Amino acid sequence: MAQEEVNKAIAGEYSLGFEIDIEQDTVPPGLNEDVIKFISAKKDEPEWMLELRLKAYRKWLEMEEPTWGKVEYEPIDYQAISYFSAPKKGPESLDEVDPKILEAYEKLGIPLEEQKQLQGIAVDAVVDSVSVKTTYTEELKKHGIIFCSISEAIRDYPELIKKYMFSVVPMTDNFFAALNSAVFTDGTFVYIPKGVRCPMELSTYFRINALNTGQFERTLIVADEGSYVSYNEGCSAPMRDENQLHAAVVELIAMKDAEIKYSTIQNWYPGDEEGKGGIYNFVTKRGICEGENSKISWTQVETGSSITWKYPSCVLKGDNSVGEFYSVAVTTLAQQADTGTKMIHLGKNTSSTIISKGISAMKGQNTYRGLVKIGANAHGARNFSECDSLLIGSECGAHTFPYLESKDNIGQVEHEATTTKISDEQLFYLRQRGINEEDAVSMIVHGFCKEVFSQLPMEYAVEARALLNLTLEGSVG
Amino acid sequence: MSKVLEIKNLKAKIGDKEILKGLNLNLEEGKVHAIMGPNGAGKSTLSKAIVGHYDVEVTDGEIIYKGKNIVDEEPEERALEGIFLSFQNPVEIPGVNNAYFLRTAVNARRKHLGLPELNAAEFLREMRAKVEELGMKKELINRSLNEGFSGGEKKRNEILQMMMLQPDVVILDEIDSGLDIDALRAVSEGINKSKDGKRSFLVITHYSRILDYIKPDYIHVLKDGKIVKTAGPELVAQLEKEGYGSFEEN
Ligand SMILES: Nc1ncnc2c1ncn2[C@@H]1O[C@H](COP(=O)(O)OP(=O)(O)O)[C@@H](O)[C@H]1O
Ligand SMILES: [Mg+2]
Repeated sequence: MAQEEVNKAIAGEYSLGFEIDIEQDTVPPGLNEDVIKFISAKKDEPEWMLELRLKAYRKWLEMEEPTWGKVEYEPIDYQAISYFSAPKKGPESLDEVDPKILEAYEKLGIPLEEQKQLQGIAVDAVVDSVSVKTTYTEELKKHGIIFCSISEAIRDYPELIKKYMFSVVPMTDNFFAALNSAVFTDGTFVYIPKGVRCPMELSTYFRINALNTGQFERTLIVADEGSYVSYNEGCSAPMRDENQLHAAVVELIAMKDAEIKYSTIQNWYPGDEEGKGGIYNFVTKRGICEGENSKISWTQVETGSSITWKYPSCVLKGDNSVGEFYSVAVTTLAQQADTGTKMIHLGKNTSSTIISKGISAMKGQNTYRGLVKIGANAHGARNFSECDSLLIGSECGAHTFPYLESKDNIGQVEHEATTTKISDEQLFYLRQRGINEEDAVSMIVHGFCKEVFSQLPMEYAVEARALLNLTLEGSVG
Repeated sequence: MSKVLEIKNLKAKIGDKEILKGLNLNLEEGKVHAIMGPNGAGKSTLSKAIVGHYDVEVTDGEIIYKGKNIVDEEPEERALEGIFLSFQNPVEIPGVNNAYFLRTAVNARRKHLGLPELNAAEFLREMRAKVEELGMKKELINRSLNEGFSGGEKKRNEILQMMMLQPDVVILDEIDSGLDIDALRAVSEGINKSKDGKRSFLVITHYSRILDYIKPDYIHVLKDGKIVKTAGPELVAQLEKEGYGSFEEN
């Protein structure tokens, strides 16, 4: 069965009636208080959580969708989205999956088991709004680490959730964060106790599976005093003709002497050359360095989505705390990305580093938007920003909007920005040494991204490189 | 004597301007050919035409390499077949590790020749030995390709690549420009060691200095887009004395 037919088969189920029945796995498109009650009931949530959701929903109704991003898209009909979907039964075997998708997986070196998961064949996989399969839970328990779905956390660790959820990204922070707060269906919760160094990389593979389903996950990571954790998220989604909305919220909290390293490889479906289909990736990610000497580091490799609107940020509250943002954003086909970071310096001697690498090819539009804010008490604050853009071809674009707000004269802020084209001379040099054009482009692009890739855990760096090659395939010449 | 490269009546343009105007040149296997000529004569254009540089449009004539006209071949095909150009101004490529780049190039060539690829250890051993021979700073191996290299370091790096890639025809475009005497000696030694009786060299220069180190078998004078004189090494002395003025087109 071709992917299209699979889609059709899945789509067919939506016409099966409009009553919200707690037994069913998908709510019909549309958003109202009943839908939110349904989600909360489905998740077996305590009453206080439902109240918070409804509060967020009522606020959201009064809010306006932001329009300041340098992205263009048709208005989103929020009543046409379905806000809950349990996993669908996927194809029976890989034979039924579109060979084009399999070919892409092949090139990425994704193991067969994982390919099956990505296609929804293994039912216990990470699919849609239902909880992440959390491996290693037992091992982690020994260290007192909590690593579970956010729904479980709401049920099992209400005190932690009440204390920290919405503490970094308030429910009314922005339009998409408010929407997420009302309808989030799953995500991850991590708690690392005092003095514990998490013994393994934590990772989650989110995906959007069912047609027409918005993905609204919510992640909360709390690193208590003196602890360390490295968390990785990977995202991919199969091809669809329709645009799908993905509005996630991630909150990080690092206490005194704690460090959180958060890495993302985002490969949602980018749409086609005309911009048809693809994911709208409107994400709010923010961390707070609550205690002294704490550190939060965001690393992102963004190759997918038709539109990306995302600014992983750090609030540097503790004295001597450190914020980092390393980003590679690739826009090819007709993709648009408006991404960057905010570094809010509040504590003394806080420092932040921003390394942003934007790559545009074909008709891709890439915007860096960053804010460095130095508060009145942030004596000795330092920031270094480097924003480089690489253009491949002549139809693409790169834009840089760095903002600086400083209430303290002692702060030290450095900003460097470059825009380069892959020069014909560079390409020719490599080709004269016998390296074919495609490999030559890939070599130059990887060289350009090196500082960011070196921040990723080893196996993710390998995946990121493969992904970059795949993304840029055919975008040259 | 077998000819490895035959250039016949080559006409080539850069933009709208005709630079090579019916140039004829034969390169013999295992020999060192020097091309001398005034600035702007078309020396670099000739080297670019041979390696298929995008600036140069060949409008007429043939470049026969190993019996085949290569005028329409892609640059990488020509390179894999064994034509190497040491650039007059090697370009810098940030973030691309020098050793990684060179191993990729060497293995592409080896693959083309049906030889097994070199693993990282084998490659590094060979590369380090050559780096030493050339008196290059070891740290240059792990720097970004040509980035921040001095003029002399760039030229040494070109010769290093040549020694590792083992081409059949080596074109050296002003390898001597910007080199101090020590660098010139080191580079020349590297070139001389690469002479094996089969490999041919085309040494492009407008100073005779380097020809004291790399003994040419033939001297060709390129003027106004044509080879106007071909002679033995004795011609160098005459050029030194009289300059290029006395050579009229023949
Ligand atoms: N990219 C270019 N665009 C326009 N003219 C060029 C270009 N490159 C070379 N030329 C011209 O072609 C002629 C020959 O140049 P070149 O082959 O570099 O000479 P040489 O190497 O002998 O000094 C010169 O007149 C030079 O100005
Ligand atoms: Mg020249």
